[in-house]
Amino acid sequence: MVSPAKTYSGTSSKTKSRFSLARQEELTGWLFIAPMLIGFMFFSFGPILASLILAFTDWNLLQAPKFVGFNNFASMLDDQYFKQCMSNTLYFVVTMVPIILTVSMGLAIILNKDIKGKAFFRSAFYFPSVISTVAISMVWLWVFSPSNNGLLNTLLGKLGMAGSVDWLGNMGTVKPAMVAMRTWQSAGYYMVIFLAGLQTIPQELYEVADIDGASRWRKLINITVPLLSPVTFFVTIMLMIAAFNIFEAIYIMTEGGPGGATNTIMYYIYHNGFRLYSMGYASALAWVLFLILVVLTAVQFKLRKDEAN
Amino acid sequence: MIILKNKEKKLRKLILYIALILVSITMIYPFIWAVSASFKTIQQLFNGNPLDLVPDPARPQNYSDAWNYVPFGRFLLNTMFVSGFVTIAQLIIGSMAGYAFARLNFRGKNIIFMALLGTMMVPGHVTLIPNYVLMRYLDWLNKYQALLIPPVFNGICVTGMFLMRQYFFSIPKELEEAAIIDGCSRIKVFRKIIIPNAKPALATFAIIAFNAQWNAFLWPLIVINDVNKMPVQVGLSYFRGVASTNWGVLLAGTTISIVPVIIVFLLFQKYFVKGMLTSGFGGK
Repeated sequence: MVSPAKTYSGTSSKTKSRFSLARQEELTGWLFIAPMLIGFMFFSFGPILASLILAFTDWNLLQAPKFVGFNNFASMLDDQYFKQCMSNTLYFVVTMVPIILTVSMGLAIILNKDIKGKAFFRSAFYFPSVISTVAISMVWLWVFSPSNNGLLNTLLGKLGMAGSVDWLGNMGTVKPAMVAMRTWQSAGYYMVIFLAGLQTIPQELYEVADIDGASRWRKLINITVPLLSPVTFFVTIMLMIAAFNIFEAIYIMTEGGPGGATNTIMYYIYHNGFRLYSMGYASALAWVLFLILVVLTAVQFKLRKDEAN
Repeated sequence: MIILKNKEKKLRKLILYIALILVSITMIYPFIWAVSASFKTIQQLFNGNPLDLVPDPARPQNYSDAWNYVPFGRFLLNTMFVSGFVTIAQLIIGSMAGYAFARLNFRGKNIIFMALLGTMMVPGHVTLIPNYVLMRYLDWLNKYQALLIPPVFNGICVTGMFLMRQYFFSIPKELEEAAIIDGCSRIKVFRKIIIPNAKPALATFAIIAFNAQWNAFLWPLIVINDVNKMPVQVGLSYFRGVASTNWGVLLAGTTISIVPVIIVFLLFQKYFVKGMLTSGFGGK
């Protein structure tokens, strides 16, 4: 494609005009990105940097911030709450990521087939992910309601498994309950991403496999899953970020309880920053979480590269 | 043999459909239940059968009570105003930047593009505290500015910029080249030629941005204390504290907050799903 700048540059006498055109394009380019860039300087790049600096200070918003070196990071090592939050968060990551990944991929593979009512099922599965977590949490408080008339308890009663389990009030059941809720809430969202990925797999591959007499299962394992791997990779990273960031559902449904069983790192950051006003410690926590995410993402990139080789 | 296979196929299909319908019910039932429960009396809620969807007696007063407890109308207006403003700002800013990244050459283009995409990898809570401090410094806490300005420059803006950039690649260059040779400025080309041709992408962007703003919670929770300035999600969470166990009323409030989203979803559902299908990712 010949750019307009080049069409003018045929003769040397036009050099000046080409020059000014290129310059004009440069100026226009900067003009077009200026609003976004300036905004991001103030509310994204700047704050990221500021947060890193704050992580090395002790600051309660009232006095001037005091530089404390690595103290914030060191005190995490003795902080029992931090350890509890970390282990709870890791629990959510190692359960939610594979479960939601499998469910959403499975739903996508099923809905990618030629079945009647495909559009309806797709919308129905996707639907919960457009509703706010706050509203969903209000409804799911009733799904998990401890009394006999909680939705889940009633359903289990109908199936002959009587008993009024206090799903959210029990240390043993509260985490799986949250995982179930999050799966229900977001599987449809990731399903749509997988559906997009499935559309890029060439149909001919399946036709060839059919001629070879490959079974349904073999086609799934040898064609669909491997060719979906770029999407799987992308979704895994997104799910990981989401699981590490779990906050709203906990804020509304459990407030970190019972007995701290759902205290997550994000909830702890909120608590430190906006209840205790220890901005330095909260920033340090945020950076630790960020670094964990960076490392895990890097590991995934590495694994993916090795796999490709 | 063939008949047997056919039978097996039919059975398989039947099982598949039953499974799909069960999953659909699981996905939708909680919402239907919430709407029905929002018309129930406290007695029905706590003693009745939750699978019984018809409220008897129906108590529509739950809605007027919710409305009287906290200013729900105000919450909804706040959210509409804030979401509308942020969405429009993101559409303008994101599509302008997307156009520059797709079509114009300027120094630092690639670095800036990568830096913007890179912010998506940084979890929101890293910027949460400095942004809060910035709001305090600017004296924007408890003011609409805090809800209107910083949220414009979030991950959704980057997502939308990327979506627009991809879309602009698909618009034939000849369209604008002719205009430029005729002496049209880039800004005019952008306004008169590019934007009218990018309506589907803009619609997707708008839906994603509006939905994300409607559901935003943590940032408004932190910067707004004044009940009259609360957007609906924060209002709902505040309402939960006020109405504590008055669940019929609480569920009425929840329903009020969900209904606008349901309407938008039903009207524009193809943009929700299609937008994600074409862009590869949506806004979460």
